[in-house]
Amino acid sequence: MLKQTPLNAAHRAAGAKMVDFGGWDMPLHYGSQLEEHHKVRNDSGMFDVSHMQVVDLAGAGSRDFLKQLMANNADKLTLPGKALYSCMLNEQGGVIDDLIIYFMREDWFRIVVNAGTAEKDLAWMEVQRAKLAPTLTLTPRRDLAMIAVQGPNARARLWAAMPGSQDISENLKPFQAVEMGTMFIARTGYTGEDGFEVMVPAKAAPFLWQALLEQGVAPIGLGARDTLRLEAGMNLYGQDMDETVSPLESGLSWTVDLTSPRNFIGKQALTSQPVTRQLTGLLLLDKGVLRSHQKIVTAHGEGEITSGGFAPTLNQSIALARLPVAVAAGDMVQVEIRGKLLNAQVVRYPFVRNGKRLVA
Amino acid sequence: MTIPADLKYTKSHEWVRLEADGNVTVGITHHAQELLGDMVFVENPVLGRKLTQGEECAVVESVKAASDVYAPIAGEVVAANAEVESAPESINQDAYAAWMFKLKPDSAAALGGLLDAAAYQALVDSEAH
Repeated sequence: MLKQTPLNAAHRAAGAKMVDFGGWDMPLHYGSQLEEHHKVRNDSGMFDVSHMQVVDLAGAGSRDFLKQLMANNADKLTLPGKALYSCMLNEQGGVIDDLIIYFMREDWFRIVVNAGTAEKDLAWMEVQRAKLAPTLTLTPRRDLAMIAVQGPNARARLWAAMPGSQDISENLKPFQAVEMGTMFIARTGYTGEDGFEVMVPAKAAPFLWQALLEQGVAPIGLGARDTLRLEAGMNLYGQDMDETVSPLESGLSWTVDLTSPRNFIGKQALTSQPVTRQLTGLLLLDKGVLRSHQKIVTAHGEGEITSGGFAPTLNQSIALARLPVAVAAGDMVQVEIRGKLLNAQVVRYPFVRNGKRLVA
Repeated sequence: MTIPADLKYTKSHEWVRLEADGNVTVGITHHAQELLGDMVFVENPVLGRKLTQGEECAVVESVKAASDVYAPIAGEVVAANAEVESAPESINQDAYAAWMFKLKPDSAAALGGLLDAAAYQALVDSEAH
């Protein structure tokens, strides 16, 4: 039996093609994945991301616990509402999950983790909490739904759909959140566009969805969510990193704080392992489509695509690939597709940000 | 969408039309494009290639996945549609108009072994359950 979000009926009413996504019955698309992609880049779209797990960490000393649990440094969170992207590592330095931490008060941090990893994340956090900070509480918020509204017009559409929301969220900077009654509005997302992620009580979610529909916000499926995040150069857990790879070989060095003296789980392993691989962007120059697990041949050894696909904004195929560290942006490499070697170029990513192509 | 009665079909979702000159035209069905989603890449077989029945000979890629296209009958490739290669989305727009390639059959009798519209409809219905 697949798990359903509070918006399941709304997806079906909108004609969604539903798929089993890690045990959840979720919309893949509502007709055309390409049209949905462009709608987000050019106007506004909304995603049901209620399958993701919200976890509230509460109690005095929450910050110190997070500083031990997470690879990024919770001390960067100085203003209430501020969000931090981080990896949670195992002792071997592998990535258990990537997540967002919102600092609300010294005794309340909100964490949002991936759907597919939620159970193991909670189990890991609970073990660490009992060991390191037994007075704190961890509460999975299964009573909350989450809708991401993304695109250049997303904020204005949400304000029109939700009376009172403009005053409270107008001045939010990127990666900042605010509470509004039982709701929670964060200026975050997974598309490379402006917008909000809104958490609401499960029972209220269909009403917010409907109000956004009436403002012209298009429902967007998981298919376009993947092409949007790939163009935006955002990692996908389970493809671009997992428990077997270091964040330093997954394009996530910027999220790992190795400069402060604090110790965190996995730090010892990260500082003692040589970094031999890197995550790079790839542009396919020949015709075809890059896909995950395709082999890459470079002058410095072989590598592999971790995420690949057709980029609708670029009308070209792009990928994230794990390659030897000696490979540099601008290098030409070859991709093995169905026994043939096709030409691709190594590029810096993101590929697209705020609707604009960033690669040559 | 109704399944055209004048075409033949395969279990792997290709459609086949016998032309007046004895050659056959091949494409993928409306049902196949619906399963695959938005098309972004088509690779046709090279002209002159001799195919056995059921041989992998072309590829269609959608935003979702790559899918092989199989030779519905044995024969030689005598034409490939460059328009569908430069506009893969034409398959989504009208799968029965957006043909991929033409074969000169080794034996015209091979067509008799393919599915007719009713049999193909039954196959699509059975896959829906």
